Amino acid sequence: MTTFAMVIDTRTCIGCGDCVVACKNENKVPAGLNRDWVVEATRGEYPNLETEFRSERCNHCSHATCVTSCPTGASHYWKDSNIVLVAAEKCTGCKACIAACPYDARLIMHPDGYVDKCTFCHHRVDQGLEPACVSSCPTHCMHFGNLDDRDSIVSRLLRDRRHKVLMPETGNRPHVYYLT
Amino acid sequence: MIEEVLATARYNAKVDPSLGIWTWEIAFYLFMGGMAAGIMLFAAWAVLGSRRGTLPFAHDRFALWAPIVLSLGMTTLFLDLEYKIHVFRFYTSFEPSSPMSWGAWVLVLIYPLMVVQILSTLRDGYPVLAGWLERLPGGGWLLDICEGRRRTIAWLVVPLAVGLGIYTGVLLSAFSARPFWNSGILGPLFLVSGMSTAAVLPLLAGVGGGEKQFFERSDLGLIAIELTLIALFLISLATGAAQHMQALHLVWGGEYTVPFWLWFVLPGLLIPLLLEFLALRGNRLSGITAAVLVVAGGFMLRYLMVEIGQVSTWNDYAIQFDPQLLQRLMP
Amino acid sequence: MNRREFLKVSAALGAATTVPTMLGGCATRPLPGSGDVTATPTVCNMCFWQCAGTLYQEDGRPWKLVGNPDDPHCDGRLCTRGTGGIGAYDDRDRLRQPLLRVDDGGGQRFEAVGWDEAFDFIAKRMNAIGEQYGKDRLALLSHGDGGKHFQRLLQAFGSHAYAHPSFAQCRGPRATAFGLTFGEGVGSPDRTDMAHSRCIVLIGSHIGENLHNSQVQTFTRALDKGATVITVDPRFSVAAAKSQHWLPIKPGTDIALLLAWTNVLINEGLYDRHYVARYCSGLDKLVDHVQPYNPEWAYLETGIEPAVIRETARLMAANAPATLVHPGRHTTWYGDDTQRCRAIAILNALLGSWGRPGGFYAQEKVELPPYPAPEPPKPQQDWKAVLQGDYPLVGSGISNRLVERSIGDDAFIKGWFVYATNLPMTLPGATDQIKAAAESLELMVVVDTMPAEITGFADVVLPECTYLERYDDLRNKPERTPTLALRMPAFEPRHQSRPAWWMARQLASHLGLDAYFPYEDYTEVLDWQLKQVGSSLTEMQRVGVKRFPRKTPLYFEDGRDIEFNTPSGKIELWSSLLAGTGQDPLPRYTRPDRPPPGFYHLNYGRAPAHTFGRTINNPQLFELMPENNIWVHPSAAAVHGIVSGDYVLLENPEGKRSNRVRVRVTERIRPDSIFIVHGFGHSDARQRLAHGVGADDAALMHNVKIDPVTGSTGMRASFVRPVKEGVG
Repeated sequence: MTTFAMVIDTRTCIGCGDCVVACKNENKVPAGLNRDWVVEATRGEYPNLETEFRSERCNHCSHATCVTSCPTGASHYWKDSNIVLVAAEKCTGCKACIAACPYDARLIMHPDGYVDKCTFCHHRVDQGLEPACVSSCPTHCMHFGNLDDRDSIVSRLLRDRRHKVLMPETGNRPHVYYLT
Repeated sequence: MIEEVLATARYNAKVDPSLGIWTWEIAFYLFMGGMAAGIMLFAAWAVLGSRRGTLPFAHDRFALWAPIVLSLGMTTLFLDLEYKIHVFRFYTSFEPSSPMSWGAWVLVLIYPLMVVQILSTLRDGYPVLAGWLERLPGGGWLLDICEGRRRTIAWLVVPLAVGLGIYTGVLLSAFSARPFWNSGILGPLFLVSGMSTAAVLPLLAGVGGGEKQFFERSDLGLIAIELTLIALFLISLATGAAQHMQALHLVWGGEYTVPFWLWFVLPGLLIPLLLEFLALRGNRLSGITAAVLVVAGGFMLRYLMVEIGQVSTWNDYAIQFDPQLLQRLMP
Repeated sequence: MNRREFLKVSAALGAATTVPTMLGGCATRPLPGSGDVTATPTVCNMCFWQCAGTLYQEDGRPWKLVGNPDDPHCDGRLCTRGTGGIGAYDDRDRLRQPLLRVDDGGGQRFEAVGWDEAFDFIAKRMNAIGEQYGKDRLALLSHGDGGKHFQRLLQAFGSHAYAHPSFAQCRGPRATAFGLTFGEGVGSPDRTDMAHSRCIVLIGSHIGENLHNSQVQTFTRALDKGATVITVDPRFSVAAAKSQHWLPIKPGTDIALLLAWTNVLINEGLYDRHYVARYCSGLDKLVDHVQPYNPEWAYLETGIEPAVIRETARLMAANAPATLVHPGRHTTWYGDDTQRCRAIAILNALLGSWGRPGGFYAQEKVELPPYPAPEPPKPQQDWKAVLQGDYPLVGSGISNRLVERSIGDDAFIKGWFVYATNLPMTLPGATDQIKAAAESLELMVVVDTMPAEITGFADVVLPECTYLERYDDLRNKPERTPTLALRMPAFEPRHQSRPAWWMARQLASHLGLDAYFPYEDYTEVLDWQLKQVGSSLTEMQRVGVKRFPRKTPLYFEDGRDIEFNTPSGKIELWSSLLAGTGQDPLPRYTRPDRPPPGFYHLNYGRAPAHTFGRTINNPQLFELMPENNIWVHPSAAAVHGIVSGDYVLLENPEGKRSNRVRVRVTERIRPDSIFIVHGFGHSDARQRLAHGVGADDAALMHNVKIDPVTGSTGMRASFVRPVKEGVG
């Protein structure tokens, strides 16, 4: 299984939301729906404060509960990788997958009736390009690549820098990493 | 201070501000599923214990209620689908990791079983219907086969009906992402609740004498078990991780405290318990009231579970904008 | 990723099967990019940074905007607004036709007219003004490069007065101060060399919330390399969150801190002696001047501890000359802004960062000859002397002064052309003045893409098409590497909208001034200019961006003498021009006004989703940020009994109240201040998304401080308090 990962450097993320707009354009996401978003997390008490910005989306977990909960196989892994996709022609709109995602990342009912979410821009990955959000980031804080390749940028970053994932205790094995 | 806010506006329909994908349609389906399981179990119990004399209604007539009840539930389940045309997709594959897929296929197996269970006592329970069936080619032969295999059918019904009842709970409890649901007790709880709501149906149908007493006593016992399971459920939340404790807070001081205790536990369990106790002492009115309350309570349980479970979450980001504003984007 | 792969998108992409079968279900959705894709080069116009990019269409519909990797302004990445530029094209509320104010007895209203009728009206009025008062009595108020076309038109007619609000409402003090000190300004894009900085000091500058593209990118490069960042801001901004040192300074006291730093650098001998001796004049006077301004004194004014002041000064010196005290950009704050910018310039000079790596580099643009056309006639009088003679050191028009001089029967200015600037929300507390001017003026023409509030005052409204629908002048900004970028239309202009160059050309024709516009289509101009530098329109249409080699050095070279464009030929620490005009030649500190009891400092700023008020109605950007919040410290919130999510009104000491606005209670702001993002609170109902949402800070500014040197409007000296709805 190819493991695709996204690595985002929170030290240089400024929370500008370029990734959000770029995703909406690239993937023609309907008005009022979002495949990704930005979270601003602040700790401390004035004047000793720390603020972290995170661009969040589906984490394309290796043990995705949305895939295991899907009754028709519409929610599936793409091409023996960890990229989770929804086959619209198999989706009944039962929404079990939306309930199954602990990150509330699996979301949005496309107006046509099927479930939609971040796809890691697999249509671009297929051509050797990066996801639209990664390509648009003005601070270059987002990286994407294959974790199975030890020399890929994502492998190197995870080796060299301290990092975290969101809520590892869910057991889903998410693959969006945040460098801290 | 830890402040986590959405820096960009996000208001995905049915996901924000909290999960709202399933409402009364799913609650009703679970309710009907549990009830149908209970009906089948009581009918099988009557047959297996050869209690035709003491439980005539349960033995001969009760089983017919099961497919009617279940079909009502299946209708609302269908209504809940967002992509209804694709409903057949439940049956073009089987996904062993998905409780919903198990449920879809189990329902396919249960319907034929329900039919043969009805047929096995149709001549005694509904002679008019049996008469019509016998006029059809092979109808009489079918009735003979089913009557002959009556006990076998009842034995088969037991595991499948138990499975159906438990499945309605497992459907919710399998979602690790929803802390309020994520307890193994939900399966047995929904089964017991289903049996309890089934047990009061004969009372509403007007059975009398020993059968009435049987069902009242059974329901009394089932409610007692249900109360115990609910207590265990709350204890498991209280002794769980932070998210589970937060989920418990929803019914223990939080926004669902009043609905849970005042609209479910009290009128759906405690009061019927008391009323049925009185009914066993001969008070006729208490019996009917209790039955109605138990049925209503059964639905309330599913409805509240479905809603509270969706509100419970692992993460919770504050928003910085009025979601109504995004409505301006719609044409 | 290889750009050629990216552009060479073919229709054979994607596995879209379109045959529905009973068992296969409905068709799979076609993957993005699997249709017919075309790419058009453009230059983004969502802000002044003017990044080059590419507009992709799929099957005739706009698909996405992506940065041009060859462009030094953006390095292949557009910012949030740039990426959302398609929303400007798609906006349902765009102006569609020329509008003429008519009064047919039933009240005044706008009537949609054809272009010729609009131009006839304007020409008639202009000629009338010319005959009655003189041809130099019209003025241009504009923002953006398109204004140049109207400037040329007005100059050809005889009117030379103009003002860009971006001067007196934004960058003016900085331009003046750096011009007085170094003989040159900071430029747009700003000439800061942050990619090589080892220490960056931000005085209020909120890089990361203002998305000055290459500023943000080079700032990030500095962070990646471990640069020390010191942020001085009453708010814990994004930049503050990336800093090692956040100095939550008392609002309005920045000069005290800057002088204290200067004091430390001088008294501890930490400044660059060699550089100062070589290039600067006035050191002795500066040394004497800063003696009283020690860190202990500064602590009492600013609230920043003396040890912190010393430590940060030493950090700045240790990393010099790769230490940048950032000049900021929007510097119109408290009325002493030119002096504050002077203090910043002086610090940079002491650290030796001007002309050195990590500090300020020298900019260069392409030597692009102007299209041959007759020179406009010389102006009859010196309009600057007439309108703003009391600001002799200012080279640009002062918009607030121009507005004042347009009010009344004997006003000097009789007509306005307003291009792409929404004056009621740009000029602080000036709605009444603008109304009075509108009543006095004999002609007001407003050119815009959107029905901004200013259009409501106009006699004629001319709809401009967006940057995605037009050619414009080649982008040729002084930068690190001289580059030319082409803006060409990806779409036909929508409705009846037209480009500014066409409007100016047509209006010139109606005025008999064709001679000054010797072309029919602007492509003639572009192609001619490009051929002068060895390129062509065809080449630019293919590549979008073309780089040219530098001819001047990027930094100061050792051994070379430099003549600065100042009276002394040196970097003037002590400014002779300021002394000569009766101003302080060295910055002095004056204590700012304190808020009345119960009120807070009104602190405004930017958000990455929006460009002031221009983009609020852009559907893509509105969706990202539909309203602004006021940031209130928990202690202040407790006093007023408000929590996050509440809606309140902001009230200034004169009782003026804002629209309802959402509260955000956060530790990220000083307890004595309230922060709000500027640009919201639109009142024009024709902007259906933006209308009535959020609060407008500009309308609440009751205490506007005019800078005595630059004439600019200091906007951070006002005060507000939150008031619950339905109270009082």
